Amino acid sequence: MSWLLDNRALVLDLTLEHARLSAVPIVVALLASIPLGWLAHRVRVARLIVLSSFNLVFTIPSLALFVLLPLLLGTRILDDLNVMVALSLYAIAMMLRGAVDGFDHVSPAVRRSATAMGYSRAGLFWTVQLPLAGPVLLATLRVVSVGTVSLLSVAALIGKGGLGYLFTNGFQRDHPAEIVVGIVFVLLVALAFDLVLVLAGRALLPWARLPKEAGAR
Amino acid sequence: MTYVLDAVRYIVEPQNWAGPDGIGLRLAQHALYVAISVAVAAVVAVPLGVLIGHTGRGRTLVVAVTGAARALPTFGLLLFVVLLSGLHLAPVIAVLVILAVPPILAATYAGVGAVDHAAVDGARATGFSEWQIARQVEIPLALPLIVGGVRSATLQTIATATIAGYVAQGALGRYLIEGLARHEYATAVVGALLVGGLALVADAGLAVVQAVAAPSGGRLAPGTPLPEGT
Repeated sequence: MSWLLDNRALVLDLTLEHARLSAVPIVVALLASIPLGWLAHRVRVARLIVLSSFNLVFTIPSLALFVLLPLLLGTRILDDLNVMVALSLYAIAMMLRGAVDGFDHVSPAVRRSATAMGYSRAGLFWTVQLPLAGPVLLATLRVVSVGTVSLLSVAALIGKGGLGYLFTNGFQRDHPAEIVVGIVFVLLVALAFDLVLVLAGRALLPWARLPKEAGAR
Repeated sequence: MTYVLDAVRYIVEPQNWAGPDGIGLRLAQHALYVAISVAVAAVVAVPLGVLIGHTGRGRTLVVAVTGAARALPTFGLLLFVVLLSGLHLAPVIAVLVILAVPPILAATYAGVGAVDHAAVDGARATGFSEWQIARQVEIPLALPLIVGGVRSATLQTIATATIAGYVAQGALGRYLIEGLARHEYATAVVGALLVGGLALVADAGLAVVQAVAAPSGGRLAPGTPLPEGT
């Protein structure tokens, strides 16, 4: 406890960096998975390509990706961009499955009746399909958010991990309390993000009642 | 790109596979850590998941606990446990087990819970005991999903076992950690390629298991003539 009080400025800095570095990939995953998920839902070939290519991304361990990406992107290994791109790829990979499920979950009868009522394709998407897929998207996004916040700490191994710094530093200095503070603050960031998502969901999706099992995976 | 070429050259050189720091041993260590952790996790998570899926009880609690476990930074936990207990293999395995339990547990209770009620009720009406229902109806029907859970647990464990290299427990993470520490990026790339390769092979293998695990009734295409005597 006294360690935390003595180092509160450092912990606050790292917490903010952690929040900043992990927020971007979460937002990117949401934005990218909606069009990609919709495309995969509509077009069989796209489904195959999208899902298998992101399955492939998921098989690459994060640490390996942190090391390999700079070689591909031409960024320096310590660039923020490097870590954010790597985490975005993971987040999209995790998010896509849920996005496809979400769109698949909208019943064809609902879609047909909306079309019969004269909805255009865009109207159908924005006012029927997206809102109805919303709860599944939100459930998946919550898992993605927690996973991204937790995964970012591994980037401390390449010297860029927000709160992960407390893990490597605490380990090198043989100081377990520092590591515990790091773990607790990672959990707090994850909890704060989750709270934001739940509240946003309540505001944006007032009709949301999760379909059974949607949050299970 | 030169790093990648150097790394590939290093990997294809047979003499780099031998010896106590060779690729062979580290690859074997990595695979062994993953196999032990996933096996232990499955022994814990599958029965628990079947129980929860079968009875429908305790689901909320497990969702909350597994959610929290997902948020727990494995890396920090590993370093903490190693600091407290010293440099042994046991804490590394323990942390990997904690990581592998949630995906297997979630897949198992979701799979068992999603089994068609008609099949369960039919079995019950035929006089199956609850244990027989679980063993002969629910588990076989849920098996592809359970294997799917094992598959994602395996991938996560392979990825995370790399950080065992940070606490000097060998495995493929050593290449990444040593390479980064000495700014020898080709060495780090060696680790990245080997870990990625191991993950791809394991994933492909488990995808085959998953396909085989599908109950035979589910794999018959419509119109397939049934075998004699059925």
